[in-house]
Amino acid sequence: MADFETPEFREYPTIPLIKQDVMAGKGPFVSRAEFDTDLGYPGELPEDWKEKTLEKMGDLLGRYRSLQVFMDSCIKCGACTDKCHYFIGTNDPKNMPVARQDLMRKVYRRYFTFAGKFFPKLVGAVDLTEDVLDEWYNYYHQCSECRRCSVFCPMGIDTAEVTMAAREILAHVGKAQKYSNQIIQKVYKIGNNLGLPGKALKGILEDLEEEMEDECGVPVKFNMDEVGCEALLMTPSADFFAEPHIDGLIGYGKVLHELGITWTVSSKASEAANFGLFIGSYDNIQKISMRIREAAIELKVKRIIFGECGHAWRVAYSFLNTLAGPFDFLDQSYPIPQHILEVTYGALQEGKLRMNKAENDHLTMTFHDSCNVARASRMGDRPGGQFDIPRAVIEASCNNYVDMDADTIKDATFCCGGGGGLLTDDLMELRIKGALPRMEALKQVTEESGVTNIAAICAICKSQFTKTLPYYGFEMDAIMSVHQLVSEAIVMTGSMQEKELDGVDEEEAESESED
Amino acid sequence: MSAFYALLLTVAFLVLIIGLSKKIIQYSRVPAPLKIPVTPAPLTKGGVAVRLAKEAILFAALFRSNKWTWLFGWMFHMSLFIVLLNHLRFFITDVPVLLVLLQNVGEYAAFTMFIGLTGLLVRRIFVARVKYISAPSDYLWLILLMVITLTGIVMRFISHTDIIAIKEFSLGLMSFNWQDLPTDFPLMVHLFLVAILMILLPFSKLLHIPGLFFAPTRNQVDNPREARHISSWAAELDAEKNKVQPK
Repeated sequence: MADFETPEFREYPTIPLIKQDVMAGKGPFVSRAEFDTDLGYPGELPEDWKEKTLEKMGDLLGRYRSLQVFMDSCIKCGACTDKCHYFIGTNDPKNMPVARQDLMRKVYRRYFTFAGKFFPKLVGAVDLTEDVLDEWYNYYHQCSECRRCSVFCPMGIDTAEVTMAAREILAHVGKAQKYSNQIIQKVYKIGNNLGLPGKALKGILEDLEEEMEDECGVPVKFNMDEVGCEALLMTPSADFFAEPHIDGLIGYGKVLHELGITWTVSSKASEAANFGLFIGSYDNIQKISMRIREAAIELKVKRIIFGECGHAWRVAYSFLNTLAGPFDFLDQSYPIPQHILEVTYGALQEGKLRMNKAENDHLTMTFHDSCNVARASRMGDRPGGQFDIPRAVIEASCNNYVDMDADTIKDATFCCGGGGGLLTDDLMELRIKGALPRMEALKQVTEESGVTNIAAICAICKSQFTKTLPYYGFEMDAIMSVHQLVSEAIVMTGSMQEKELDGVDEEEAESESED
Repeated sequence: MSAFYALLLTVAFLVLIIGLSKKIIQYSRVPAPLKIPVTPAPLTKGGVAVRLAKEAILFAALFRSNKWTWLFGWMFHMSLFIVLLNHLRFFITDVPVLLVLLQNVGEYAAFTMFIGLTGLLVRRIFVARVKYISAPSDYLWLILLMVITLTGIVMRFISHTDIIAIKEFSLGLMSFNWQDLPTDFPLMVHLFLVAILMILLPFSKLLHIPGLFFAPTRNQVDNPREARHISSWAAELDAEKNKVQPK
């Protein structure tokens, strides 16, 4: 199946020994010029690439305090060295967060600091060569920008910031990644990451409405481009057809229907994901974010609700107000933007949703905290709401729930292995190896507590798990959407499920008499 | 010799203050265009102050990360803090009672400082991951600090130096009224290395001292939905954008 070996589960999660250069290589496919130029990049290595690289680096150092401070403040204490899932899974020392940062820091020291200009050997500074750029390209595409290292860094250094800057610099000298740039181009040209045209999307949504009518006997609406709805739903396009994503979408539909919140998706902005984040491009994050503002205005909605997507929620929660705000034309009595889990959780708190947990009795669930939600956003009004709210919703939907090892959840959660623009087939080896720590934690709860399934609230996590679970001996459909559980358990007013549960089912009585 | 040291230390002090100020000004001028606190993060400025204090005083993140590194690192830094307080007596004519009292316990901080540094050096040499990321300067800093500590210990406990004369010298430094310095070998080494340390600090990883407080991952309030965060250059883009507005 593949020309690499799936890592073995370790008997004890000890710190791996370093094995130099095991992940050396060319990195993921380099972007084609046509994808780059649409995004404002040159698309090929310019003759004066060295000057351009240093110029862009200087530019970013002057624009991002994070980058400037992080280049200076690392003390090489080693606290982060065993925290990255890619290091744990590959043993390549350049996947230790500090070593990854050092790829850039060595160049920074050489050209931007006194010590590196005059005593390069002493402080480990290196000249910028094309080999250095190639190494950047390879190893800065072995970071999923998950921020786990930053939790443990005594200086708060976030490797994600360095990775983003490196990718932005590389793109400016024609070394952008194909996967991310092609996807962003699709967002601009078609409206979503998957290149799903409006017509096809409309068809899918109509099918879902029919399906709901058949299964529940309730007219759950899945509107597209409907002007005057209460809410605009921004959700990752994988929710429109991938498994288990779409089961989550059905869950949102049922919850919003039950609460009487009319909603629509926009064909123009039919994508919550924002890969501008992954490539570290402020301009592109902003341009992609502006679609949401435009769609909200065009469709005259009062609120914006986001579906289950990790980095999309980071961009929405942390950046949307900055990038595309102020949203003074929306109803200020709701958070702007709001997460679907905040909606569901709030409704559960107020007793507005009837849940039949027994529907999920065949499952024992655990929950995978998605990195961008866990470490770069919040839900609700308390710090840590991003951990408590999804768990509360899961526990309201099923009777059997177990957390994984405390060192692998909440703000110490391990990335699924496919985040940050790495969810591409040309990085499959990295993805499988990077999933090791999460798979180990899952293995432990399956053996000790009989966990059958794992829920997530991120389209990338869901897709990545679908691929990686079989490599580690799990069923690929063990991964579920949180709102899939909600969807199974929710008892909508007037639905067949309600009648069945309350035992006053006329149809059932009729069919019995027919028999 | 005394004049050389007086000049060296004065220059070192100026380099330290000017260099550090320039860096701090740079850090505060470079904008933080986006909200990037590592969450869960405090929702108020007071909360941020507590978060930073826990990092600066207790090394909270490092404690979570690696107990040995924390133990040696914290031991070194806290001891250094006490040692620096003890050295204040050289720059104050009437030493306050508290400092006098501290002196009784504080003089032993030099030993814990040395143990901490030794632990960090051993770790740097023997843990393969840490060795891999170490540049020559990383070892040299530890050795430099160890020699400074050792010469201090020698002067305090073994071959006593004339501290009255040193106090006259240091008080003289502050008023540019240079006095004679005792010419003990340990003192010469001690002061020379301290001067080197002060001169190099603004150009080295010792910038982690201001850096800790300038990391947006730790010093930002988690309130992006409630308050619109907009930095200088982003504001320019924002204004240029001529945004779509509802009709």
